[in-house]
Amino acid sequence: MRTIVLTLLISLMSLTSIQVMAASGGIHLDPVEIDLSDKASLQRGAKTFVNYCLSCHSASFMRYNRMAKDIGLTEEQVKENLMFASEKIGDTMTIAMRAEDAKRWFGVTPPDLSVISRARGTDWLNTYLRTFYLDNTKAMGTNNLAFKDVGMPHVLWQQQGYLAADAETHHLTHATEGDMSNYEYNVMIADLVNFLAYVGEPSKIQRLALGKWVLLYLFLFFLVAYPMKKAFWKDIH
Amino acid sequence: MFANLMGWVDARFPATKMWEDHLSKYYAPKNFNFWYFFGSLAMLVLVLQIVTGIFLTMNYKPDAALAFASVEYIMRDVEWGWLIRYLHSTGASAFFVVVYLHMFRGLIYGSYKQPRELVWIFGMFIYIALMAEAFMGYLLPWGQMSFWGAQVIISLFGALPVIGEDLALWIRGDFVVADATLNRFFAFHVIAVPLVLLGLVVAHIIALHEVGSNNPDGVEIKKNKDKNGIPVDGIPFHPYYSVKDIVGVIVFLFIFSLILFYMPEMDGWFLEKDNFIPADPLKTPEHIVPLWYFTPFYAILRAVPDKLMGVMAMGGAQAILFLLPWLDRSPVKSIRYRGPYFRWALTLFIISFLALGYLGTQPATTLYTNMARIFSIIYFAFFILMPWYSSIDKDKPVPERVTMK
Repeated sequence: MRTIVLTLLISLMSLTSIQVMAASGGIHLDPVEIDLSDKASLQRGAKTFVNYCLSCHSASFMRYNRMAKDIGLTEEQVKENLMFASEKIGDTMTIAMRAEDAKRWFGVTPPDLSVISRARGTDWLNTYLRTFYLDNTKAMGTNNLAFKDVGMPHVLWQQQGYLAADAETHHLTHATEGDMSNYEYNVMIADLVNFLAYVGEPSKIQRLALGKWVLLYLFLFFLVAYPMKKAFWKDIH
Repeated sequence: MFANLMGWVDARFPATKMWEDHLSKYYAPKNFNFWYFFGSLAMLVLVLQIVTGIFLTMNYKPDAALAFASVEYIMRDVEWGWLIRYLHSTGASAFFVVVYLHMFRGLIYGSYKQPRELVWIFGMFIYIALMAEAFMGYLLPWGQMSFWGAQVIISLFGALPVIGEDLALWIRGDFVVADATLNRFFAFHVIAVPLVLLGLVVAHIIALHEVGSNNPDGVEIKKNKDKNGIPVDGIPFHPYYSVKDIVGVIVFLFIFSLILFYMPEMDGWFLEKDNFIPADPLKTPEHIVPLWYFTPFYAILRAVPDKLMGVMAMGGAQAILFLLPWLDRSPVKSIRYRGPYFRWALTLFIISFLALGYLGTQPATTLYTNMARIFSIIYFAFFILMPWYSSIDKDKPVPERVTMK
């Protein structure tokens, strides 16, 4: 047994030393905290989402009534405040813009955002939505630090204002002021990303809720099964 | 009443006989340790995959236009669909974890050696079938990695001389991975390969129960029988190992549940980020990574400069495992009593296998490719040099009876 453990240890050590050698690439991502139990944050995120995202982007796997239940709103509240594009509460979040038109206007069809938080990661979204900067060479007049040459314009320019990037350091500074302070804007984006994280996996709420009970059950089962094994094995030497 | 009923059945079907032969009177060595949990765990995961797979099939659509959305439909609109899907996706990786540990057990205790050569061979076929099963299953969610992973692997067949391109075309059923490919992979994944797997598992267990289990001392317990013909170091599998394996199952399920409920993507190792983007034949992902359980072989493939030679090296890396029972010339089974040569060779082999696994996930830079070359050479050297170093090794004397360390 000692030899085996030693073998595995040496193996693991050599592996971690390779890991250290691996250089990390890409830009620095600003971390964002995801909390699907924060209903107020999800509701604010939903509001931003339907007002600013859901005209070009769909979330065609997400149903309004599921969302209502999960983020703590009644179906009437959702119908009156958050449903512009659909009629039935059981509908999914689709948009009226046709994909071929979108492609002509933006050069690329805006992706469906149902699982974007899982494809890109929430930290990436948080970074992306806050790092649009002025760039005259682009058709939309802006570029992005997280997504170079992105076709999407800076939709939230009224809130954030426009940023300018230092040519060398890529450090962003305000070129024009927005309606919101930096803090307010960061909170708005954090809420939006939190909502997108929810949309990416609505069942995560059930998953996290169920997990601890399953683990507790297994733990109790162990408390029975292990003494049983001991009892059966007491005569084996 | 019950005895009568069993008597009636037994006169027509060997129910009691099978129960005794494989469980209540199957005598297993009493000194099984930690490494002996993984066989029964592999069986558990196999059942889990089949059951969850059946339920997934009820809502999954094997159609390039519908597949991606049907998986999300399962994740959102099907009752408990998310749980069934995560059980299946986590189960796939868990299967390879337990199978790799099960194979490692075979390596350290010489379980592939005479008279268990066929147990090992059947096991190797299970491993190969499992890789085919996992590879084809991974196409089904129809995400970017599903598509491009399949594209890369199938194109490898194109490297074969003369028939290569036609063969790849025949496998895909189209010029690129497409709806036809998805449909046939679905057929293979849900029926063809599982049938083969089940048959092989039965063969694996029948062969094992014919010769009896090995143990951490590598001592044949059948050489020491009492007057009733029962091995003195053997204990009936049931109840001793059934109650013990239950404990193993609970511990396994605890770890399994931690992953399933709290990190089902396992940071991209079990569910890759890019696979949440629907398959797009016009957009190649920057970095195509196979799932973690294929990466050692992927690293070997990339380590060889020539494509055809790379494919052959990759196939050879798996094929050579079949020959293990005949490459090992040492009379000693267990690592406990084997000499330093084998111990060092095995250590280097494990390091190489893990390192290749890591390198297979990384971009093929010059440094990494060179490292992969070195580790590939060690990987093959472990087998090719085995007849030599295992025959001149300074093995220790093996005890007559098993020990309870």
